[in-house]
Amino acid sequence: MTGAGLPGAASDPAGSAPPLPETSAVHWRPRTDARRLVTRGRAWTLTTTAHTVPFVGTAGLLAALEPLSFPVGLALLAHAWAIPELYARRGANVVRPRPRAGEAPERAALGLLGDLVGHDARGLHARTGLVPERGALGVWLVGEAGAVLVSPGGRRVFCWCVQVPEPGLPSGDRIAHLLLALRADEEGFATVANLAFSGAPWRLRRRLPPRARPALDTAVGLSRVSSSQ
Amino acid sequence: MARLIRMDTTGHSTLAEWTTGDTEAIERAVAEFRRELDAGYYAMVTEGEGQARQVSELPLDAELVILRRPIAGG
Repeated sequence: MTGAGLPGAASDPAGSAPPLPETSAVHWRPRTDARRLVTRGRAWTLTTTAHTVPFVGTAGLLAALEPLSFPVGLALLAHAWAIPELYARRGANVVRPRPRAGEAPERAALGLLGDLVGHDARGLHARTGLVPERGALGVWLVGEAGAVLVSPGGRRVFCWCVQVPEPGLPSGDRIAHLLLALRADEEGFATVANLAFSGAPWRLRRRLPPRARPALDTAVGLSRVSSSQ
Repeated sequence: MARLIRMDTTGHSTLAEWTTGDTEAIERAVAEFRRELDAGYYAMVTEGEGQARQVSELPLDAELVILRRPIAGG
C-alpha cells in the first residue's frame, strides 16, 4: 500500500473550517492541536512512569533489605508490568469490532463507505476493518467506535474513544460517521474524543486483534514517510 | 442526479433526489433536508478525497449530501 492512494489532509490546516458542532458539548476542553497533542503524550508517559516506578523501586529495595522477600518483589514487578499493559489494552479496545447489523444494511453501508475513500483505503478496510486517513495531526486509523492517531514520525500513537451513540447502525456507517466528522474538523474531532491511551506503537500493536495489526503497520509506515518528506 | 441520503440502520436511505431546474424536486429536497436537521442530523458534503464540509443549507450543486448523527466521546 502506498500513501499515494490515500486521501490528503483531513482538515484545513489553516484552521479556517468551522468547528465541529459536537465540540460545544465539551466546551470546557481546550481545542486539541499538534502542540497540545505533544504535551498530552508526554503527560501520559509521565503518568505511566509514575505508576510503575514505585513498584519497581519497592521491589528492588525489598530485595536489597531481605532477599527472602523475593515473592513479594515478584508480585510488585508483575504490577509494574501489568499497568502499562492494561493501558495499552484499553487503547486497543477502541478499534475492536462491534456487533454486526443485518447483512443487507452492512452491505449498503459498506457501499457508501467505499464511495468516501480511495482504492487503497478500501483494500485496507477489507483486510483489517480500519480505514486509514491522513490528517494534519498524523495518520488516522478510523474504526467503528474509535480511532488511532499515529503521530508524524510514527513513534507515538494516540487511541481515541469516539463513536456515534446510535444503536443498530451497521459498521460501515459507524466508520463513515467518524470519517466525515474527522474530515470536517480534525482538531475538533480529537477534542470531542476521549483519549484512552498514548504510547509507543509496539505497545499498542501487541494488544490489537491480529487482523488489525497490518493497519497499524501501514499507518506507522505512512507517518514515517510523511515526516521524512 | 443529486441525492440527499441519511445514514441509518438500513445502511443508508435516499430521502430526496433532484436535478438543476426541477423546482418541485428541489422544494421537496429542501423540506426533507430541513426536517432532518431539525431532528438532530448534521449535513455533510464531501469535497474531494480527505475533505468534508458541514452545511446548514442544502447545496443544490452538490452531487451527494450525507446526513449523519452527532458523535461523542465514548
